[in-house]
Amino acid sequence: MRYLLAAKNLSKQYIQTQGFFSRKKTVIDALNNVSLNITKGTTLAVVGESGSGKSTLARSLIRLINIDKGEIKFDGKDFLSLDSKALKNMRKTIQMIFQDPYASLNPRMKIQSIMEEPLLIHKVGTKITRQKNISIMIERVGLNISDLDKYPHQFSGGQRQRIGIARALILKPKLVICDEPVSALDVSVQAQIIQLLKSLQKEFGLTYLFITHDLRIVRHIADELVVMHHGKIVETGKTDIIFQNPKTLYTKKLLASIPGTMKST
Amino acid sequence: MKNNILEINNLKVFSKLESGINLVNSISFNVGRGKTTCIVGESGSGKSLTALSVMQLLSQQLKLSGKILFNGSDLCLMDSESIRRKRGNEIAMIFQEPMTSLNPVLTIGYQIEESITVHNRLSRNQINARVKELLTLVAINPDRVNSYPEELSGGQRQRIMIAMAMSCNPDLLIADEPTTALDVTVQAQILELLDQLKKKLKMSMLFITHDFGVVADIADDVIVMYQGKIVEQGPVNLILNKPKHPYTIALLQCVPDALGEKILKPIDYKKLERAMAAI
Repeated sequence: MRYLLAAKNLSKQYIQTQGFFSRKKTVIDALNNVSLNITKGTTLAVVGESGSGKSTLARSLIRLINIDKGEIKFDGKDFLSLDSKALKNMRKTIQMIFQDPYASLNPRMKIQSIMEEPLLIHKVGTKITRQKNISIMIERVGLNISDLDKYPHQFSGGQRQRIGIARALILKPKLVICDEPVSALDVSVQAQIIQLLKSLQKEFGLTYLFITHDLRIVRHIADELVVMHHGKIVETGKTDIIFQNPKTLYTKKLLASIPGTMKST
Repeated sequence: MKNNILEINNLKVFSKLESGINLVNSISFNVGRGKTTCIVGESGSGKSLTALSVMQLLSQQLKLSGKILFNGSDLCLMDSESIRRKRGNEIAMIFQEPMTSLNPVLTIGYQIEESITVHNRLSRNQINARVKELLTLVAINPDRVNSYPEELSGGQRQRIMIAMAMSCNPDLLIADEPTTALDVTVQAQILELLDQLKKKLKMSMLFITHDFGVVADIADDVIVMYQGKIVEQGPVNLILNKPKHPYTIALLQCVPDALGEKILKPIDYKKLERAMAAI
């Protein structure tokens, strides 16, 4: 099995009522016949503007949102027919890193508890092995064991994102969904986090689904690329090939709006 | 008429409570008339404090010293009433978050009108005409005058902020990361709009950003700030192509490029400090 995740013809519609009293309804196609495959051990980036459906796609791939139509195969198994117990088990192997490291860590929990929580939920290991795993992981992402005793507010944005990564990797997942993990960070910190994600991928053989609107980052992290617009995939292929030779008008427009290219075009 | 619209001399910003800490440490630079000057730096480098000092909008807990000459007169020596007359009138500012800078319960027409009437006495008809004119200027359909901010997209909201800033034909526009929260395609549109307006209205810009891509697109001059100090300044071509200071070099190396040719290198702060000590 080459693909870790294979999705076929995913569709999801949202119905929006307009105004407070009116009965007029509009249907929004958040996902419109979207198909994609992620090869094991590689990074697939999903690119698009806000409202293009990229976050809906990520959420529906791990069944945080139920889709209307389509098939999802994860590690060769039909992901959509799993019952809740099997789904919980499967979720252990899929983890997520979020955009806002300020909002995704509970401010009242110490880093120790934040990192132990996923292990407790999935009943992994004994107290001693859990502690050992937590210590190894926190050092692996570039923090100290003494940091486990601190609260999220004592860290900078970049450090918080490192904690988010450590929490995601503590369960040894196969697939990590990164939803704009570096958009809220300074360029210098951005570079650090991208390097960290790349080296962790090598070490643990991780597969990434990387959601972003920043094409410059895509070029540095993604093997393959999916460009989304209004809930549809407009272009897909190897990152280098799309950058060198974009086929659709929309992709060309996206590439032309990368900052630093305005004067040369 | 002098060549510089803004001259900053030996500006220091420090905390009233903790003595000895300079958040902005003796910086001096000029903004040329009709030019765009970009301040680049990481968070905490003092770039936003510098902008707020020019507007005289620093928090009560902070104090500043030095000279800020705007059109030849020192803003630091003026009383609050004369500052108020300049602020929004001759010097305007736009911010990063258009969602939080607009009042959600007032129509955009009312909010633009407010920024006109604070500084000018005009008749009802003149005001309405001016609001429509400003909306057209930022490429928003004048029929949207009665819309509320929530009915607009992020890019449209930033256009409204720009319309408000343009309402009194300012000589200087201070833009504090105005496109950071926007999509790339929208960012490109807003940058182009600002560049057009600058030429059309003969305005100067002080533009704050952490994105070197944006700098390459719009800047004439660049100021690089690190830990409250200016480490390097000069024309945009020189800074981008021939940076001299180790910090500028390190910062440029961690900007991802669309070509994918460059290897991303996070800043090695220990190495940087050694290199800076050697200067």
